Amino acid sequence: MTSVVLVLACVGALLATSAGAVVLARARFATPAIYAATCAACGAALLTALSHVIAAPADVMSIVLPLGLPWLGAHFRIDALSGLFLVVVNLGGAMASLYGIGYGRHENAPARVLPFFPAFLAAMNLVVLADDAFSFLLSWEFMSLVSWALVVAHHREPENTRAGYIYLIVASFGTLCLLLAFGLMAGPAGGYGFAEIRAAAPTSGLAALILVLTLLGAGSKAGLVPLHVWLPLAHPAAPSHVSALMSGVMTKVAVYGFIRIVFDLLGPPAWWWSMVLLVFGSISALIGILSALMQQDMKRLLAFSTIENIGIIFIGLGLALGFGANAMEWAAALALTAALFHVFNHALFKSLLFLGAGAILNATGLRDLDKMGGLIHRMPVTAFAFLAGAVAISALPPLNGFVSEWLTFQAVLVSPDLPQWGLKVLVPTAGAMMALSAALVAACFVKVFGVAFLGRARSTVVAAANEVDRFSLAAMLGFVALCLLAGLLPGLVIDAIAPAAELLVGARLPIQMHVPWLSIVPVADTRSSYNGLLVFAFITASASFAIVLIHRFASHALRRSAPWDCGFPDSNPATQYTGGSVVQPIRRVFGSLLFLAREHVEMPQPGDTGAARFRVEMRDLIWETGYAPIAGIVGFAADRLNRMQFLTIRRYLSLVFLALVGLLLVLVVWL
Amino acid sequence: MIHPLVYDVAHLLAGGMVLVSFMLLYQDRMHSLLNVFALHALVLAMSVAWEALIQHAPHLFITAAIALIVKAIIIPLALHRIVRRLEIHRSVETVVGIGPTMLAGMGLVALSTALMLRVTAAADALARQDLAFALSVVLLGLLMMVSRRNAVSQVVGLMSIENGLILAATGAKGMPLVVEISVAFSVLVAFIVIGIFLFRIRERFDTVDVQALDRFRGETQ
Amino acid sequence: MAVIAALLVQSAQMLVVLLLAPLLTGLVRKAKARLLRRQGPPLLQPYRDLLRLIRKEAVVAENASWLFRVAPYLIFAATWVAAALVPTFATGLMFSWSADLIAIVALLGSARFFLALAGMDIGTSFGGIGSSREVMIASLAEPAMIMVVFTLALIAGSTQLSTVAGFMMSTGVGLRVSLGLALVALIMVAIAENARIPIDNPATHLELTMVHEAMVLEYSGRHLAVIEAAAFLKLLLYVSLISSVFAPWGVAHAGATLIAYSIGIAAYAAKLAAGGILLAIFEVSIAKMRVFRVPEFLGAALMLALLATLLMFMTRSL
Repeated sequence: MTSVVLVLACVGALLATSAGAVVLARARFATPAIYAATCAACGAALLTALSHVIAAPADVMSIVLPLGLPWLGAHFRIDALSGLFLVVVNLGGAMASLYGIGYGRHENAPARVLPFFPAFLAAMNLVVLADDAFSFLLSWEFMSLVSWALVVAHHREPENTRAGYIYLIVASFGTLCLLLAFGLMAGPAGGYGFAEIRAAAPTSGLAALILVLTLLGAGSKAGLVPLHVWLPLAHPAAPSHVSALMSGVMTKVAVYGFIRIVFDLLGPPAWWWSMVLLVFGSISALIGILSALMQQDMKRLLAFSTIENIGIIFIGLGLALGFGANAMEWAAALALTAALFHVFNHALFKSLLFLGAGAILNATGLRDLDKMGGLIHRMPVTAFAFLAGAVAISALPPLNGFVSEWLTFQAVLVSPDLPQWGLKVLVPTAGAMMALSAALVAACFVKVFGVAFLGRARSTVVAAANEVDRFSLAAMLGFVALCLLAGLLPGLVIDAIAPAAELLVGARLPIQMHVPWLSIVPVADTRSSYNGLLVFAFITASASFAIVLIHRFASHALRRSAPWDCGFPDSNPATQYTGGSVVQPIRRVFGSLLFLAREHVEMPQPGDTGAARFRVEMRDLIWETGYAPIAGIVGFAADRLNRMQFLTIRRYLSLVFLALVGLLLVLVVWL
Repeated sequence: MIHPLVYDVAHLLAGGMVLVSFMLLYQDRMHSLLNVFALHALVLAMSVAWEALIQHAPHLFITAAIALIVKAIIIPLALHRIVRRLEIHRSVETVVGIGPTMLAGMGLVALSTALMLRVTAAADALARQDLAFALSVVLLGLLMMVSRRNAVSQVVGLMSIENGLILAATGAKGMPLVVEISVAFSVLVAFIVIGIFLFRIRERFDTVDVQALDRFRGETQ
Repeated sequence: MAVIAALLVQSAQMLVVLLLAPLLTGLVRKAKARLLRRQGPPLLQPYRDLLRLIRKEAVVAENASWLFRVAPYLIFAATWVAAALVPTFATGLMFSWSADLIAIVALLGSARFFLALAGMDIGTSFGGIGSSREVMIASLAEPAMIMVVFTLALIAGSTQLSTVAGFMMSTGVGLRVSLGLALVALIMVAIAENARIPIDNPATHLELTMVHEAMVLEYSGRHLAVIEAAAFLKLLLYVSLISSVFAPWGVAHAGATLIAYSIGIAAYAAKLAAGGILLAIFEVSIAKMRVFRVPEFLGAALMLALLATLLMFMTRSL
């Protein structure tokens, strides 16, 4: 009872902050004050959720407020699953607000951001808390609308308005799908509380339809390919701390919605659901990271990489469904734990990376990688934090990204015991796609870090950039510390996830904190184990050993000189590899098929001293084949219907009348 | 009781056929393609000979010998000669890239394994896998034929299909010798016909790209 | 007492790999030279090279960042830890459970990540060439390696390398097609990862064909020594990995007698020598590929490894 009330109180505080921001937005002190208040409210909610997850995870606390539909009321509830996601939401929220205290100072139009920011966090909290279909959908739609307002905060830039437009359409489509899904689940009797829905058992055909609708609704919000088109447009358009929230947290709220409906409300799964999820998950992973590799815009690149991570999460969820359908509860718990761990990890490092991109944007005004370079000298702390984020997202030990991928691989390795042939073929293929995309992530972040932070400055603003303020640095370093903590002591996180796994699939991983030496042993210690702490200690020890040895016996002399570069150093920074040239080999391998990438070289005529030009042409096949035709049809229909604008009143009336009669006729025929 | 390793070797040789089929798909030079094809036939001969040993079926040795002499030695040598005479050793012209072809090959192997293991549930485990491998070799040969333009590589594809058929036949115990010899001879005849045909195409059209024939299909276009 | 013995064996293993690694490289170079009817450098030349580099002053470009100077040690440490986790002459090492095969692959990935970054730090075009090609090669070699790991893990029922090696030593494994495919794929990956012909030429200084050498072009003195040592260790790691999984004869069990350990060490030395000479023979009998032929080579490795995994998945229930 108490936690849910406390979190709701924090939500109330957030909404009040939002209302206050409407009034105060123009005041000079407004920005730090609003962000500080938001940070405090999120921090309080975070502490409440953490204490719930740690102290009494199995407790279910619910409350009914007399809001919303009169016969239903608004149900709110905290159980193990929503506790976890409340931690994710409020952790991201608190850190982003902390960052905002410094970052928000550079905002041109604070009145367009400040009121919506706390409201956005409140909406996400409400989605996770909701315990009936009505409040869930209302909060979901509120979340969409507020985030839309933040996306179009800088509405003077034409691409932002386009992003907002597409986002609005996809979000409405998603909510429509969820609305239908809940309608089907509630049935004709109209039991809209989650408790009633849980009790009802839909037929297998109906359940399949609900699954598809949920996948469309929640998947479009999470950014599953091919419903992802809005995401790489909308996430970068918002201010950076909002981008961090949208990528790091809002996609997780969408994952929450999917888990809540499919694992909790819908009843026992069929095995082929797993196939659907695995297919969409692995396609998202691969397409997401390959698209990310091709980007020059730093924030858009990070947004595409979010799609990849969502893909990995859905692979984990798909495995969990497959195991669950075959009554292999412990394996389902392993896969679900891996997915939820990745949810947590991705919230940490993607927020960190977006905050880093925001810091660069703040210091230089740039998002284009090919104008950066050498920022490690000008912004050392940001560079360190970004490097940590890059290592974490590339799934390299000893940071946290590796642990969740490792767990997912372990889940793949127990799946040969699945009886269905479709899964036997698909699971290893999905595993291979995941391994491939993991390797491509490392390539992608070598590119980002190498081009932005290393090398020499490619423009004058970058050469004169200054380190960002203390609040921004504090937020980034906080995330770095959390990434390290979750990587070194993964047992802590796994144990925190265990009650949610128990709730959803009826089994849990063994308690990890009791394993000697703080290792993690998901199945049995003869099968697999990993100890991040020890690996970290080993690396540190052997690196120190090497350093000590070298400095004891070797020459200490160090001389600075011009670069060697095989004897022909060129002082022009334009001779460095750019983002496009770093990925050229990978583009040739994968891009010619997936993006129809073509390279055009235009050489000047012999004797002409003009520059040669090199152009890369890439096409977005998903947009061209999936979306452009729909847009074309809608446009065509709208043009036709345009004629109706100029009718007389009598004709309008007759249209209304005919429509009414038609509907009545349908009723007569149907009943 | 025969040692289980005996079956393992048979199984490994059958798997080796699939591996060499993939190597065939991977080659992009004419001469190396022919060398790999000789290897394909060699592995087939070894596999058949091994089967002859463990099944105590001496007539299979004849099949192995035919495979070794005709397919691993004579036909590759003759094809080498043709390639040199026609001066087409430069490269294998592919319709789609090697990467996608290998990917498709993967899918075919997965398909044939899944299919064979499902439909032959009654047989014993190794025989089922051997059948699956044989079907994979046949499908990979077909894939090679459809993904290559050059007539010589199509010949190689055809022969590797035939190797796959023999592999399947020796795995299933008790195939009559007559059938095998007739199959071998028919392939030999096919080879001779195609060989002559190749020279004829070359004389007429100055290329061995089979697309050149499309213009003479006698259809109204 | 047992703990101290286990600790001793673990430390011995770490020292053995560190001390033997340059010798293996020296052996490969010598064997290659002899096969080409050259005299070749002495076997101990790599040790001398390392000592000479350590004694020299380090020349660092003016705009090098701290990452450039830290990276060699990180690369070395990650590679060394990974190499120390592979069973060489004895299984069941004390800390072998702290990281499994997947983690070993990822540790090598960490080393490569920092090496590629170091290549880009100075902002020269050769560094960029090296890094960009290295990440392309890695993006195909790493998944192939993971698929090989999957195959081994499915056969042995564990991703722990000690357990896998122990299982391979037991009878009852037999010859398996998927194991054969995995071996071929693993060798292809090992060739690519160690920058050997036909992927990359470790002896080249012809600029446009370099991959590994291009990344470390700006390094000198002690930094270069540490990076070279890491490269030697990596070669040793892959030879040990292949021999411990596919030729596990003579490896001592944990807590064995001194005699068993000596046999283990002798067998290990013999396997290393065999691996080095085979590698030399392979390298002199093949030409280097064009860079854009490499993806096909590694794509084939990935396909084979995936095929092996698929076969394991599908024949599991038989």
